[in-house]
Amino acid sequence: MMKADRTELSLIGVAIAVAIAAQFSPNWLVFTLTLAISTGLVVMGVVMLMRAGLVSFGQGLFYCLGGYAVGLGGRFLGITDALVLIGLGVVATVAIAMILGLLVTRYREIFFAMLSLAFSMILYGILVKSHGLGSTDGFGVVDWTLLWFDSKTGDSANMALMLAIALALLIALFLNRYFKSSIGLACEAIRENEVRVEYMGISRQQTLYINYVIAAAIGSVGGSMTALAAGHVDPTMAYWTISGEFVFIAILGGTGHVAAPFIAALIFTLVRTYAIELAPNAWQMILGIVLLLIILFLPKGIWSLFTRKKGAAS
Amino acid sequence: MLTVWAILIDGFIYASWLFLVAAGLTVIYGVMRILNMAHGSLYALGAYAAASALGWYYADGGDQLWMAFAIIAVCAVAIGAVTGLAIERGLLRIMYGRDEILMLIITFAVLLILEDVMKLVWGTTPYFAYQPYAAMGRINIDVLTVSRYDLMVLVVSIVIGVGLWFWLERTRIGKILRSIIHDREVSKAMGVNVGRMFTITFMIGATLGAIAGGITAPIISVVPGIGIEVIVLAFAVVVTGGLGSITGAAIGAIIVGLARATSIHTMPELELFIIYAVMAAVLVFRPHGLFGQAVARKI
Repeated sequence: MMKADRTELSLIGVAIAVAIAAQFSPNWLVFTLTLAISTGLVVMGVVMLMRAGLVSFGQGLFYCLGGYAVGLGGRFLGITDALVLIGLGVVATVAIAMILGLLVTRYREIFFAMLSLAFSMILYGILVKSHGLGSTDGFGVVDWTLLWFDSKTGDSANMALMLAIALALLIALFLNRYFKSSIGLACEAIRENEVRVEYMGISRQQTLYINYVIAAAIGSVGGSMTALAAGHVDPTMAYWTISGEFVFIAILGGTGHVAAPFIAALIFTLVRTYAIELAPNAWQMILGIVLLLIILFLPKGIWSLFTRKKGAAS
Repeated sequence: MLTVWAILIDGFIYASWLFLVAAGLTVIYGVMRILNMAHGSLYALGAYAAASALGWYYADGGDQLWMAFAIIAVCAVAIGAVTGLAIERGLLRIMYGRDEILMLIITFAVLLILEDVMKLVWGTTPYFAYQPYAAMGRINIDVLTVSRYDLMVLVVSIVIGVGLWFWLERTRIGKILRSIIHDREVSKAMGVNVGRMFTITFMIGATLGAIAGGITAPIISVVPGIGIEVIVLAFAVVVTGGLGSITGAAIGAIIVGLARATSIHTMPELELFIIYAVMAAVLVFRPHGLFGQAVARKI
């Protein structure tokens, strides 16, 4: 029997609380929450890479693969079960990430950033020219089912949120342990000094490779959930500015805790909802200024606000 | 045979444009080790400044071609130099010494800010400044017609390329810059004012971006988002050729330009794909680009 630590208990507690609160929330909030959690999942992938010292400006690639797997699976394979569709996305993404990983994990710093950007732009380029798939407009996702549930008859927004919470909880619990596992710790060591990591007999190549593939798979789940919730996929999911937003959210949250990406994604999604209505032409400017302020004054992200307090008390 | 000629002409014209766009990026990276994501915004700023100034000029009844070019040059240089100075002095200066990758994210923030500043200043309606392009007309090469304006871009690009080479290789300031490229700390110890050199470099790089935008303005419709599209192309070119190398940028531009032209004339659906595929292919075999130099890892 494995002992659950405090983080795990609080993660489960928060997930249940959010799920119950959602039953009494208006529809727009439920939808926003689903998007925030899905985005948080993709950002989690970016954070995993950041812990290893790599910044990806191409995580949109896996986000888009997950989304399109849901769209294509429903459209051409006639699959309607949400979990099977998400699984399809994960399998496809892992297959592609296992090939790309061999190449990109040889690179560091800006070269890693640019190469990952290039690969997501390749996918964007292919999708934009695929007229059968709606080109730049994308296409709608078919109605989906989940066990007894059918999105045609039931409250699909609510169900999507429940599914997102469940998946996010499972992934967060897994990552909480993963970050403390030998491979998770090795990633942090690689960020600090990879040559010494090699001296200790750990293969940096292998560590980064495994980390990269897991990050990709999680990004794909985020993309699939977004597609299920929004009911639509389009090539901009792979455009590099979307990946830039993921990097922004990752920096906003910081790499200190598994919950940080979700909190940052929620803030991001909520602020965007209002900012686009109130000041549509100043939204990116707000993002840019906040990004600079965080880099200058809060380099470990908003999560450091919590930990700093705790450190001062003890 | 005709297709081959068309590919060569289109390819080199596109390559010259790519070189214009990428030159500033590679100069800044070479000297300062900053991969400037805001370079695309400087391109867009140059395009907006030139397009609106040309709009006034033609609305006022002007029709002199040389005046149009003078306007483009003055606008682009002015806005590029001023914005470059503001970014370097106002922001980058306090950020020096951080990781390369963090500098990349900082310039990404600058890009986001400038994108909206442009929307606030120029609005979201497109600007057109096609008059110089139309006025120069076309010439026939065999059975192919080529715009004279495009050929002029080719010439400007060669002039700028040679100028940059001369500046870096044959002038005093170029020699100082090369010493910084080789070893920043030692040059500082030898009495080089690295801070001032950085300011000069960034202003020149920014101006090159704005000039590229200004020259492109008559060819395109100037709309929000052109900078964001251009920057990834410039990255692809610069990374293919090797970051920080002028020759690399030129060769990278020619490879990408020819590859794109080949794709457009034979398999148009692969246009975007081919640019990044070339970049990825080069990086597989030459991790630091064709003319890039590998850096020793610090233990």
